[in-house]
Amino acid sequence: MSMRAWFFSENAYHLLPDSKEYDSIRVKLPNRYYDPKIGADLYHRFIDEWKIAEDLGLEIMVNEHHQTATNLNPSAAVVMGALARDTRKARLLILGNPIANRREPVRVAEEMAMVDVYSRGRLECGFVRGVPYEMSAGNHRPTRMMDRFWEAHDLIVKAWTSHDGPFNWEGKYFHHRQVNIWPRPYQEPHPPIWITALSPSSAREVGARGYIAACFLTGFEGTKVVFGSYRERRAELKLPEPALDRFAYAALVYVGETDEEGYAGARKLMWYLESNKVPPQFTSPPGYHPITSAVNAMKGTNPGIFKMFQKPELGALMQNGLVFAGNPDSVYKQIMRMYDHVGGFGHLLIMGQAGFLDHDETVKGMQMFVREVYPRLKALA
Amino acid sequence: MATNVTQTGWMTVHGVRLEIVERGQGQPILWLHGEEGLDPGAPFLDMLAAHGSVLAPSHPGFGHSPDVASIDTVDDLSYLYLDVLAERNLRNVTVVGSSLGGWIAAEMAVKCHDRFSGLVLVAPLGIKVGDRETRDIPDIFALPPDEVARLQYRDPARAAVDHSALSDDQLTVIARNREATALYAWEPYFHNPKLRQWLHRITLPTLLLWGADDRFVTAAYYGDAFRTAIPGARFETVAGAGHFPHIEEPAAFVERVSGFMGERRG
Repeated sequence: MSMRAWFFSENAYHLLPDSKEYDSIRVKLPNRYYDPKIGADLYHRFIDEWKIAEDLGLEIMVNEHHQTATNLNPSAAVVMGALARDTRKARLLILGNPIANRREPVRVAEEMAMVDVYSRGRLECGFVRGVPYEMSAGNHRPTRMMDRFWEAHDLIVKAWTSHDGPFNWEGKYFHHRQVNIWPRPYQEPHPPIWITALSPSSAREVGARGYIAACFLTGFEGTKVVFGSYRERRAELKLPEPALDRFAYAALVYVGETDEEGYAGARKLMWYLESNKVPPQFTSPPGYHPITSAVNAMKGTNPGIFKMFQKPELGALMQNGLVFAGNPDSVYKQIMRMYDHVGGFGHLLIMGQAGFLDHDETVKGMQMFVREVYPRLKALA
Repeated sequence: MATNVTQTGWMTVHGVRLEIVERGQGQPILWLHGEEGLDPGAPFLDMLAAHGSVLAPSHPGFGHSPDVASIDTVDDLSYLYLDVLAERNLRNVTVVGSSLGGWIAAEMAVKCHDRFSGLVLVAPLGIKVGDRETRDIPDIFALPPDEVARLQYRDPARAAVDHSALSDDQLTVIARNREATALYAWEPYFHNPKLRQWLHRITLPTLLLWGADDRFVTAAYYGDAFRTAIPGARFETVAGAGHFPHIEEPAAFVERVSGFMGERRG
């Protein structure tokens, strides 16, 4: 079972004023700080980097966020449409569509079918709940989100797999009386589904359905719990044991020729964590997090991983498995330490560009990974 | 803010379990709490119970009342409390609601006020006043907590809570109250776009009570819109209070409510 690596960039707009001048990089930072001419150059640069990733043999991952300078892809389908045309062989992962925040799941089904056909069946379709900051951006209620999420999912899958004319959907959250999408997906029965799982309860739901579960920056213990819950749920349901390709882990990754060069690249990637200045009313909208974590937040006893995000420091991030950085041997060992700790995973999602990491540095990090580390991951038994 | 479980009881109406406070004798009073939840130890409850028989439920999701999957709108809550009045066979009830609770009370009264003797709306929310680009009600989910306190309390220090002094149960209630508020009020934000056009159906004696220092929804703007929409409603302000006069000026608040009830009896 060899590991597959995906190159992922959030397409940030990093040319911001001093962070003392604003209280939130998300939701309310005025877009007068965004220069569309610079933005156009950045879009083209990032698309070029994805194409280089493909040329090097990496797969491609895109995500979306809203009302934030940390990510200028408010529509993953749009950028993936461009990449579907511009690439030939890479698998194209959108991770993901925030379907608890989208008003029209049928429109998501259409967009994803379109990208799948456009790319001749290379789409991997992720669904995510959406980050807490985006409750305001989408105006969507943060309570009972997972009910809405799964109803949207059910409707999308049914739209993809129904080929005999319209069906009716009058659910709790979504109403469509004549669902009959054109085009239908290229892949049969539909593109592979990925779901971001950050908690044991969502991992159980994903495991029951046999989809690919992806963990983002959850570190050693968080990831182990999520993957473990996935496996447990399948065992409870007497379903076959999941292969390693059902598990994905995302980290900041930078490979240099030396440890020092790797660390220097990683420090630039840490821009995501350092610049993520967001006040509590946006990080914790009521109902988004479980009641127990709201209580822990009031008591100041949330797990240390939260504090690490508040005051990011390279050593601690590496120690906890959120950053893999250094020379090729170091990075390989760090990845394998995570791999062994969580029972293995088949996909490494490489957050490989951020902030002030320039084009040449980004490409060099990719090249070093592909030449020196990736062959060893592909050769895993 | 502190909730003492031993001061509360339970009732079940059509399968919905509600944590309730019941206190006092005489004319029935239904108290419908707002976003801050039901604090059984709040001084105004005892003061109100000197003038009648107070029934004060925690709405589903608030306090210790369980979430109910099928209840997620103020419309649902208004039918639930009409059912509560019927279940207890209460008549001549003075229904008093504050803020979110005022919205619930107004929705009830629009539907059916056969069991009411009077309605007291304490800085109620629930209607759209201005045009689509006017933010009638500040966005509590997008403002820093201290700014929300400044808008809602004449003396924002009244809103300060020392979390370290509270039990896990008390902190859980605070978190549940916030979550339930989001459930009922997120979108449309603290209002029913249709409510204002039906408020004319409230033909029973109605008192609109407003904190004179309410900076959250002002008497002059939001209060006036309610006054003009409910025919014959009387409008009074409570000096020295912000958006929650029952908390900041409990004696003056209860005096106004009991005065209004006295007129009904007389």
